[in-house]
Amino acid sequence: MASWGEASESRLIGKRIPRLSGRDKVTGKAKYTFDINRPGMLYGRILRSEVAHANVVGVDLSEAEALPGVKAVIQIVEVGNKIRYQGQEIAAVAAETDDIAKDAIRLIRVDVEELPYVVTEEDAMRENAPQIRDDWAGNQSNPNVREEGDINAGFEQAAVEVEATYHTPVQTHVCLETHGNVAEWEDEQNLTVWASTQGVFGVRDDLAGSFNLPVNQVRVITEHMGGGFGSKFGPGVEGRRVAELARITGRPVKLMLTRKAEHLVAGNRPSMTQHVRAGATSDGRIIAYDMKGHGTGGISSGAGFQAPYVYHVPNRRTERVNVAVNVGNQRAMRAPGHPQGAFAMDSLMDELAEKLGMNPLEFRRINDPSEVRQAQYTLGAQEIGWHRRNSVPGAGKGVKKRGIGVGSGQWGGGGGRGTQARVTINADGTVEAVTGTQDIGTGIRTAIAIIVAEEFGLAPTDITVKVGDSGPGLRSGGSGGSQTTPSVAPVIKTAAAAAKQKLFERIAPQLNAPVGDMRVGNRTIYVVSDRTKTIKWELATGQLGMESISEGGEWDEELRQDRVAGTQFAEVEVDTETGAISVIKIVAVQDCGLAINRLTTESQINGGVIMGLGQALLEERFMDAQTGRMLNANLEDYKVPGTFEIPEIKSIVFDTHRKVTGVGEPPCIPTLGAIANAVYNAIGVRIRSLPITPDKVLDALAAEKA
Amino acid sequence: MEKFSYVNATSLEQVATLLSDSRWGEVMLIAGGTDLLAELKEYIETPKTLINLKTLPGMDGIKADAAGLTIGALTTVADIAKHPTIRHHYTVLAEAAGSIATPQIRNVGTLGGNLCQRPRCWYYRDETTNCLKKGGDICFAVDGLSKYHAILGGDPVYIVHPSDLAPALIALGASVKIVGPEGEKTMPLEDFFTLPAANPFRENVLQPNEIVVEVQVPPAKPNTKSFYLKAREKGAPDFALASVAAVFEMNGKTCVAASIVLGGVAPAPWRSKEAEAVLTGKMINETVSKQAGADAVKNAQPLNDNAYKVTLTQNLVSRAAMMATS
Repeated sequence: MASWGEASESRLIGKRIPRLSGRDKVTGKAKYTFDINRPGMLYGRILRSEVAHANVVGVDLSEAEALPGVKAVIQIVEVGNKIRYQGQEIAAVAAETDDIAKDAIRLIRVDVEELPYVVTEEDAMRENAPQIRDDWAGNQSNPNVREEGDINAGFEQAAVEVEATYHTPVQTHVCLETHGNVAEWEDEQNLTVWASTQGVFGVRDDLAGSFNLPVNQVRVITEHMGGGFGSKFGPGVEGRRVAELARITGRPVKLMLTRKAEHLVAGNRPSMTQHVRAGATSDGRIIAYDMKGHGTGGISSGAGFQAPYVYHVPNRRTERVNVAVNVGNQRAMRAPGHPQGAFAMDSLMDELAEKLGMNPLEFRRINDPSEVRQAQYTLGAQEIGWHRRNSVPGAGKGVKKRGIGVGSGQWGGGGGRGTQARVTINADGTVEAVTGTQDIGTGIRTAIAIIVAEEFGLAPTDITVKVGDSGPGLRSGGSGGSQTTPSVAPVIKTAAAAAKQKLFERIAPQLNAPVGDMRVGNRTIYVVSDRTKTIKWELATGQLGMESISEGGEWDEELRQDRVAGTQFAEVEVDTETGAISVIKIVAVQDCGLAINRLTTESQINGGVIMGLGQALLEERFMDAQTGRMLNANLEDYKVPGTFEIPEIKSIVFDTHRKVTGVGEPPCIPTLGAIANAVYNAIGVRIRSLPITPDKVLDALAAEKA
Repeated sequence: MEKFSYVNATSLEQVATLLSDSRWGEVMLIAGGTDLLAELKEYIETPKTLINLKTLPGMDGIKADAAGLTIGALTTVADIAKHPTIRHHYTVLAEAAGSIATPQIRNVGTLGGNLCQRPRCWYYRDETTNCLKKGGDICFAVDGLSKYHAILGGDPVYIVHPSDLAPALIALGASVKIVGPEGEKTMPLEDFFTLPAANPFRENVLQPNEIVVEVQVPPAKPNTKSFYLKAREKGAPDFALASVAAVFEMNGKTCVAASIVLGGVAPAPWRSKEAEAVLTGKMINETVSKQAGADAVKNAQPLNDNAYKVTLTQNLVSRAAMMATS
């Protein structure tokens, strides 16, 4: 049975290894798609709609086409098409400079017949609201109703009840590198695309289909990637159109989205509003849960959320609808549906506990079926100093009040089949690992080097890792769902093991020892039963001559595990005169199985916490009902955490077993509930709508006083 | 942005000539450019000519002596924030300067530009929204999303003035020197700013052919304490939800004179004579400071989303007053 071996045997795996690309990234040497410049390259821009809902009655490209320096103009919408949201693509240009391209799109004349629109859920759900989807009466999908147990019987057993409405607004991904591509045709049949993507093979297959090419005549390269969070699968409209512009002009074209377009059309996390009534028994069991909720994913569906979440609820009824608005569509965003569900559930848990007069942590212990989280509660409570919390919320003295809260989360992250890889040992002793995955910032490049180096007794920096290129034809899946490491690591491990086996077989006659008796460590192959028999790595590989060893690997289910649990504790300080919230500390206890690289695993947890903090305290998309436009499609009024917002983060890698599980998504989930509950513990007034901004704190305190 | 010609200024006379017949927006001045460049890129402004003021000799620098402070319009925000005399004797100004934006912006943004910067309103900054400030019919904040808008002096345009330096300088009793076709003139900085009722399109009295060249601050009185309190949603960069520039001349715990100027709550820096009246001549304690806060906002008229600013401003004024006693 394949295994990662015992921790005591690991020289590299599970240790803290600096990211291989770290130096290049901080010195600016690393080239992202945005940095790719090709000889003779043109610049692409897309004209987007500023109206939210309209019929297109005319498009005139002639003035743009006549502008000197413009090499191609293509129309994306046809007369008779409908515009359904601000930012929708109308036409695209390629020009000698980015400035000319920007001027050119402003010369395109678009005539539209504006239609009534709705851009907020409130407006969409209003009686007599304009109907914006033919298939959804009242702009709402058919309710998705689920029932389990007997809800009425449940409420009859309840000693306490809580009824409340929880809300999280739409959040956008805010990838630091916006979406975009550089496209270049070698000839009419061969296309190369540098893409800012989470899935080089997905982009390859999509473009091959769009241009009717064999897949091996499209090459997609993603050397470094500036953030995707679920929004960068597939080439998108901009990717297909830039390839078209490159084909028409016969020149490479770069087209990256503007920050504004990034907010408008490159995906978002749907909103959530849930009205929930829940009951608990006098001995602290949640016994009944009745939830009616909605959310919007734009004009599309996809506004799901987890409810109830994590805790065991025997009797429940849930009813969800999607609401359509004339706004750009949602895309998967880091743990889709979980953070918003976790915020509501963890808030509800605390509210029920308070009604019962129970410590919220004890209440969780009773209702949480996860043994892992039970252990995490103990550890996290100790780390944050749970005993220091206000036993009476808001009872702290002074203007600045502190509070402590807890939240929970869960995720899958077990990976799967579909990755091909090759590990090659060359005669000069160099080692290469090649696979079609991509490093979207999570550190898979370094993890691959660690696994191979561990197997060969080398250092991670000795391994040349080639990822982010579909050229070698070694397929791997998109990096989403926290699946990358558990999908890729087992294949690399078995490929490296197979290559080592081959090398041993070649050297065995010389060492006069059976292969099973051979080991490698510290750049030397040796024989276990006779330590005098050794051969240096380079001398051994030198005998390969022209016959490099190159082995593929197999995904092995035994090397990975699905499902992780996480718990976070937050300490906050609330200035009751200004409403400002400072997060003092977050303790994040994250179940993750075997951490191939403890350092980058901690980085993932840190990043998740920061993203969760942003959703809890800062981020919100503002849609204006008067104009149909997004008011904060920038980074001035769409506020993301900066250095001042980032607290002390204690990331605890809670590795309970020696199998690999992904942790890209789960650490952003428990943060919201932990912070919201900490704010309540500090001020004694509950804010049920995220983000918890100063206006809400001040209004809530004022309402409490009145 | 639209194309424009670019002129490096060589003298104030040359600038005056270039500006002489221009209308608003035709010929524009650029120094640090931290505000103007964004307006150009968003097509909010489309000048034919830009005059680069950074090449003007002698318009930057801080002179601190017995006559007070003289600060050239081209002095960077960073230089104001770190100037030792300003830090010690005009604390409110150093604190206001240090609170602005980011180090990168403070390093290039200038005093003149900070005073003359345009509103941050999200309707005004959207090219396609033709709001009242840009010659349209309505101020969209009235029925729209107004979280960041004015609670005082708004009618009919509910922008807030975004400057941090202006409230601090007004609280210190500063004057501004302006050069125009008729030569130079000096006026209290407080009178420089105007409300939309007087002119919905501009935020100050400057004419298209005038230029701010200098700010003068009278000498700091002994026993003066001053503070700049700025509430915002994130540490940096962020504009004020509300701010208070407060200068107190104290005799023990008694306030001999107080100067209270609010930022982020009105279309112009808002001098709160009401709060000053409560504090002047009084022994400052919790009751008095609370009253000052309450009086500072007694005429506030919040919009749909910004009633919190009333509470916030009130609390900041009270807090500043209490700080004077410690």
